[in-house]
Amino acid sequence: MSAETDFDPDVMGLDHTTVTGWGRTAPTAAWLIRPRTYEEAAAAVLDCGARGGIPRGLGRAYGDAAQNAGGSVLDMTALDRVHAIDADGGTVLCDAGVSLHRLMEVLLPLGWFVPVTPGTRYVTVGGAIGADIHGKNHHVSGSFARHVLALELLTADGEIRTVIPGSPLFDATAGGMGLTGVILTATIRLQPVETSLMSVDTERATDLDDLMARLAATDHRYRYSVAWIDLLARGAATGRAVLTRGDHAPLDALPARLRRDPLVFRTPRLPATPAILPDGLLSRTTVGLFNELWYRKAPHARTGQLQRISAFFHPLDGVPDWNRVYGRGGFVQYQFVVGHGREDALRRIVRRISERRCPSFLAVLKRFGESDPGWLSFPVPGWTLALDIPAGLPGLGAFLDELDEEVAAAGGRVYLAKDARLRPDLLAAMYPRLDDFRELRARLDPRGVFVSDLARRLSL
Amino acid sequence: MKDAFGLPQSLLVLGGTSEIALATARRLIARRTRTVWLAGRPSPALEEAAGQLRGLGADVHTVAFDALDPGSHEAVLGKVFAEGDVDMVLLAFGLLGDQARDEREPEAAVRVAQTNYTGAVSAGLVCARSLQSQGHGSLVVMSSVAGERARRANFIYGSSKAGLDAFAQGLGDALHGTGVHVMVVRPGFVRTRMTAGLPEAPLATTPEAVASAVELGLRRRSETVWVPGTLRVVMAALRHLPRGVFRRLPV
Repeated sequence: MSAETDFDPDVMGLDHTTVTGWGRTAPTAAWLIRPRTYEEAAAAVLDCGARGGIPRGLGRAYGDAAQNAGGSVLDMTALDRVHAIDADGGTVLCDAGVSLHRLMEVLLPLGWFVPVTPGTRYVTVGGAIGADIHGKNHHVSGSFARHVLALELLTADGEIRTVIPGSPLFDATAGGMGLTGVILTATIRLQPVETSLMSVDTERATDLDDLMARLAATDHRYRYSVAWIDLLARGAATGRAVLTRGDHAPLDALPARLRRDPLVFRTPRLPATPAILPDGLLSRTTVGLFNELWYRKAPHARTGQLQRISAFFHPLDGVPDWNRVYGRGGFVQYQFVVGHGREDALRRIVRRISERRCPSFLAVLKRFGESDPGWLSFPVPGWTLALDIPAGLPGLGAFLDELDEEVAAAGGRVYLAKDARLRPDLLAAMYPRLDDFRELRARLDPRGVFVSDLARRLSL
Repeated sequence: MKDAFGLPQSLLVLGGTSEIALATARRLIARRTRTVWLAGRPSPALEEAAGQLRGLGADVHTVAFDALDPGSHEAVLGKVFAEGDVDMVLLAFGLLGDQARDEREPEAAVRVAQTNYTGAVSAGLVCARSLQSQGHGSLVVMSSVAGERARRANFIYGSSKAGLDAFAQGLGDALHGTGVHVMVVRPGFVRTRMTAGLPEAPLATTPEAVASAVELGLRRRSETVWVPGTLRVVMAALRHLPRGVFRRLPV
């Protein structure tokens, strides 16, 4: 390799390896560095060579956001200390490499929960801020960065800066995909809970209009809200869905036997997915069967069902390496948002996906609330749909390009943490603060130390 | 960078007037490719090819490149890589030669071998090193079914492609795990200028079909691509025919 580095491999755990995102598409090779102290992180940033570096957490970004071909990838997961918990005020100060899973283990027994969690607990705090992640409570709580009180950022000059909300650097970092620097620590405001169980209401929607009407009319009553859509259903059933909504169960909702230990955090874990699975496991037939079953299995209406946090928020976390079911070719996740009043665009897109018969068994619709100020932060008030599709599906690239145009024309955008394929020229239309972001980066990091495959591909 | 479907944003074509290469470039420009480097001997044909691709909306540059001058490859190709990442290199130069004449004039035969094999070894290695240090990229090598088993009718060309094919396979193994993807493409009889006037072989194909197979191969990260795909089976059988039988085949 021609890439040069000054690190002693024994000290830093330096390793040259190929890296992909969770979707397992477009592998590229990089030097993997795993700093164990802030000083090692600073040294890695200062010496990361001509092709720069990018921080990486647990690798759950679907696309190429935490890859850096030919350069350095800073695996931040060794920096995983929880420094201080204010159990009265409800805040935590921790390293960016701490996972949300770890935070839940530590915080739940104290009666606190992370303010925002995505569909997996296995993301780091740094990644959560870098992607400005959202969860099922976005319509109430906004995205992750809204709950960050302060963070420490290691910038390209090797300095550690304290960044607080309201500053341009904060707004560039929240959703900035790791390109403003390496987040070292964060102080996060927490959500109080009485129990570790969720009280969940489930209902079915017969088609897309029914679903949207139910969500629009009643979403405000639930802290958490999400709908699973059957995108293989066609005709009158197009957009049929199962809505799952709920809130943290109060103590008095628990039966006596559960009240003895109301804050216990249990997470079932099934055996890992085999490393090699046949390609084409997820065909229209198998996914169609799954969807049919999943829809029929859901009750027409059920209220107040008690569910564990892991079952409600993170059902797939119980199956390690589930991304392997998509086979060697991997998969892409397509997530977009269109604003309120653009329901026509959403309907058109759902119809097109249904007609195209994309084998997607993970398709999720939800309503976003107010957006947060991150310049490249994804959520805007409106409707967001996310779906997984095998990357090997013929003609998929061109099809998604067409959907992008529809999304952009409706004033919407796609989510960079999940992107692996957006046409670069559509980016500016989707993210109007892009120029501010580029300008701040040029000023803060004139040598272009922080760079990723995503940044190269989209000219961030 | 490549996208999730392996499609490049920047493309370097070695053999910039090759019809197969230009068909591939057109196809890739229609998807993601915005920057194209056409390398070849300076000629009106090279400029015309660049002009056509520009018309499709790509930013196209021409580069003076001579396969027969390996000494210049490092400098010429190094300049291209210095301008920015190259997501895909398409090694598409080659001479068919004239079998009858080449058998009579060894120097002409050597020219075929030097272009198709020696030139490709040099250019391939230069590109491979640059791709490796950028940590990603595809090197797509135009081999031929003619290299799979030498035929009486074109064994000089065939042997040069056999050498190229073996070289490219080995290079692919050498680069495994470096983020660089090497793909060997083995078209059968392709209807182009090169084959104009020749008797058409069975399973003949077009530059557009080769381009489409290349796009598919990029998506699947294939190591070997046959065009048409049925040739894989046909050649698997032909490869194992006894010499005495193969010699008498009308191929």
